[in-house]
Amino acid sequence: MVALPRLASAKKISARFPLRFTAAMGNSLAMQRLTHLQRLEAESIHIMREVVAEASNPVMLYSVGKDSAVMLHLAKKAFYPAPPPFPLLHVDTTWKFRDMYALRDKAAKDAGMELLVYQNPEAKERGINPFDHGPLHTDMWKTEGLKQALDQYGFDAAFGGARRDEEKSRAKERIFSFRTNSHGWDPKNQRPELWNLYNARKAKGESIRVFPLSNWTELDIWQYIMAENIEIVPLYMAAKRPTVERDGLLLMVDDDRFPLEPGEEPVMRSIRFRTLGCYPLTGAIESEAATLPEVVQEMLLTTTSERQGRAIDKDAGGAGMEKKKQEGYF
Amino acid sequence: MADQASPEPAYVTDALIAEDIEAYLALHQHKGLLRFITCGSVDDGKSTLIGRLLYDSKMIFEDQLAALEADSKRVGTQGQEIDFALLVDGLAAEREQGITIDVAYRFFSTEKRKFIVADTPGHEQYTRNMVTGASTADLAVILIDARKGVLVQTRRHSYLAHLLGIRHLVLAVNKMDLVDYDQATFDKIVEDYGHFARSIGIEAFTAIPISGFKGDNITQAPSANTPWYGGSSLIHHLETVEIANEADQAGPLRLAVQWVNRPNLDFRGFAGLIAEGTVKPGDAVRVVPSGKTSTVARIVTLDGDLDEAVAGQSVTLTLADEIDCSRGDVIAAADAPPEAADQFEAALVWMSDEPLIPGRGYWLKLATQTVNATVHEPKYEVNVNTMEHLAVKTLALNAIGVAEVTTDKPIVFEPYETSRQLGGFILVDKLTNATVAAGMIHFSLRRAQNVHWQALEISREQHARLKNQKPAVLWFTGLSGSGKSTIANLVEKKLHRMNRHTFLLDGDNVRHGLNKDLGFTEADRIENIRRVGEVAKLMADAGLIVITAFISPFRAEREMVRKMLPEGEFVEVHIDTPLALAEARDVKGLYKKARAGELKNFTGIDSPYQEPERPEIRIDTTAMTPEQAADLIVDKVVG
Repeated sequence: MVALPRLASAKKISARFPLRFTAAMGNSLAMQRLTHLQRLEAESIHIMREVVAEASNPVMLYSVGKDSAVMLHLAKKAFYPAPPPFPLLHVDTTWKFRDMYALRDKAAKDAGMELLVYQNPEAKERGINPFDHGPLHTDMWKTEGLKQALDQYGFDAAFGGARRDEEKSRAKERIFSFRTNSHGWDPKNQRPELWNLYNARKAKGESIRVFPLSNWTELDIWQYIMAENIEIVPLYMAAKRPTVERDGLLLMVDDDRFPLEPGEEPVMRSIRFRTLGCYPLTGAIESEAATLPEVVQEMLLTTTSERQGRAIDKDAGGAGMEKKKQEGYF
Repeated sequence: MADQASPEPAYVTDALIAEDIEAYLALHQHKGLLRFITCGSVDDGKSTLIGRLLYDSKMIFEDQLAALEADSKRVGTQGQEIDFALLVDGLAAEREQGITIDVAYRFFSTEKRKFIVADTPGHEQYTRNMVTGASTADLAVILIDARKGVLVQTRRHSYLAHLLGIRHLVLAVNKMDLVDYDQATFDKIVEDYGHFARSIGIEAFTAIPISGFKGDNITQAPSANTPWYGGSSLIHHLETVEIANEADQAGPLRLAVQWVNRPNLDFRGFAGLIAEGTVKPGDAVRVVPSGKTSTVARIVTLDGDLDEAVAGQSVTLTLADEIDCSRGDVIAAADAPPEAADQFEAALVWMSDEPLIPGRGYWLKLATQTVNATVHEPKYEVNVNTMEHLAVKTLALNAIGVAEVTTDKPIVFEPYETSRQLGGFILVDKLTNATVAAGMIHFSLRRAQNVHWQALEISREQHARLKNQKPAVLWFTGLSGSGKSTIANLVEKKLHRMNRHTFLLDGDNVRHGLNKDLGFTEADRIENIRRVGEVAKLMADAGLIVITAFISPFRAEREMVRKMLPEGEFVEVHIDTPLALAEARDVKGLYKKARAGELKNFTGIDSPYQEPERPEIRIDTTAMTPEQAADLIVDKVVG
């Protein structure tokens, strides 16, 4: 992988303001004030260790996005010097950006973890794609694909990178979220979560989705990526890329499967992505922010919230994500 | 009232973001973290206050704001103005009801701190949600509607916050705009609240007059409308109050081991979150409950070894000596280890629709320890509105009480007052796996320390050897009229003829003597089985083959008896007769009475029978005679 333009300034930041814990200044009675990132890190690591201690067959869902990158980094810390004692699972749609596939394989290898890639065979056979099949694409590749993968491997606990600040219905999600044996989520029937005591007991066939990043915000994620020098997909940083404009979304023409309409010509624009999904469904924004601090600066000054670039939340009116969760979407 | 422009929030740093992003990031990287809860009655304006905090700290983006404005017009309760509450009320079903029904977590930030807010409902039946939100909070904001003053709900929320060990209470007297910002109204509320707070042991609280809707005293104090107010704004108070995990560092080291890290033969690390204290390489530590001591060799992290780690950090320790230490153990300062005990007094908050069943076994999880536990009949329940103590037999959903708890092996703990992490526990139902209660340990009971086992000179093995047999408990279970007593008697006769030393404990007979004080409620039936189990165990210790014939309808109690006995000595015999057939036989005429409503809690009619999942022996009485059944059982036991 080519060295990322962000590294230079990211390093500068962490050198100027080291996040890592430095030893007490001589006097052991002095209070150590932990920063919010140190406390979030400690909480996430504690959650992962509880799952490994109590679940029989855990897995980490890995979507190759920036949240997944942070989650994987935390897993490495939680179990060091051992590699994380579970595999990574990528529920693939075959329509991710090429840069994502490249980083996925590298990240798994670097972490010393097994990478499982699952593609829903039915979606593959029927040639389901985002251009011709609309919402069915997400439903079959992702929602159905995830259920099939969990069933096939018999995973009883799956880590996911969702955060409570992403969307209203997620604010009430538990850290340990129980799913019936058909993967359903019942918001009225979740267990109370007290202190940092997680009840991981479940009946055969039931499973848990575990969200170790529940209490992180988007800004926390970016700050942590900078402080810890975590490698992320370069698409988060602005660069000249071939694009077309469709239905108000700026789409990147990532490979020659992109069907151009008569007269349509890809235009080179300086763009970046706030979230990453299937390239034909993920809207880019025009931006000149080529380094991490610039991206964060733009994010803080901008007035558009994170998931806006994804078409998925707008299905089914305001309660789109909640409905998807009840159907078993992550 | 003249409409006042919202005060400019003091904690938005747009200029810095634009001018020097790295300086801004540095500032925000070093923030602390405060977790707090907001609680109040329905309509006290909680959601509006939180919406205001998010709005003022720019945690609302343009597209959310557009959606909010549209929603406000459609379902809002504030006319044409923005209804901040809609930002916070998440799930679709709740939005329709207009009530927050669960715990939602929100995030906002100022330059000094990041905040995690638990929005907990004020609705009467949802005490459990508030307790959940309070369990992780450092501070509680108790909202009061200035027009209504201190209400029953205010008392309840304050009591719960205090019960859960929250040290910082903020009394936010809200809707001051609706009482013309009247100082006398504010003072009266503070005085009323002060009387109540002292009566339940709250030593200090901070009162702030606010308007969540208009923004008074949220970010800057005093607002133009409350010149008489001399204290901090709400935000300023939240930014400066002491954070709990910093206080935790002062205590002796406590680390509950979560996971033993053994990547290879040369490395053995103990991973866990430091609950209290600090740790350095070279520190003397004691592993509790075993009591073994060693010294800390290394504090291992991905970024290199640390020279010191403190409460609130997740670390991996290695020790200088190879001593036994596994999940559930606590690594503690060698000179100040925590106690281990198996009997406690604890406060319990019941969180399940199924009430507490005294005597039943529940899983108890405390830190990283999970053990079997039983709860005794509560000493009392607290009426959370009047703080009166009530005599009760059980605890129902949302009830708070004090009871003794017994665990089947000692656990390492500290009083909740000293340590949330080693004093707080949950109870889990063994069948449904639901979290049914939260508990807070008061103290261990002396009894646990003073009742010792008397070592016996003649062992159970010696008793059994003299009788030339292997002791066992043949536990017959099945519906009334299924044929338990008939078959059990045949089995005993056959064994007796074979020179086996046996004894039959029959349900009806036991109830004439040992258990004549017990009725047929669920709790009494459980106590009935517990006593029979203990008697059967003593007889098995004496070397006998014990045969019991009890309906024993609940799986949990049969499992409890199984656990009392050495592996293999408990033989569950399910006398499987369909209800219709047992009812048709109706040898004692009981089904007829139950159907007529003359007998309450009758198994199979208005009380459940939980079939054994994997009995050692299952007798299908529709397929064999009692004689055949008895032969089969004897074969299995003696053969």
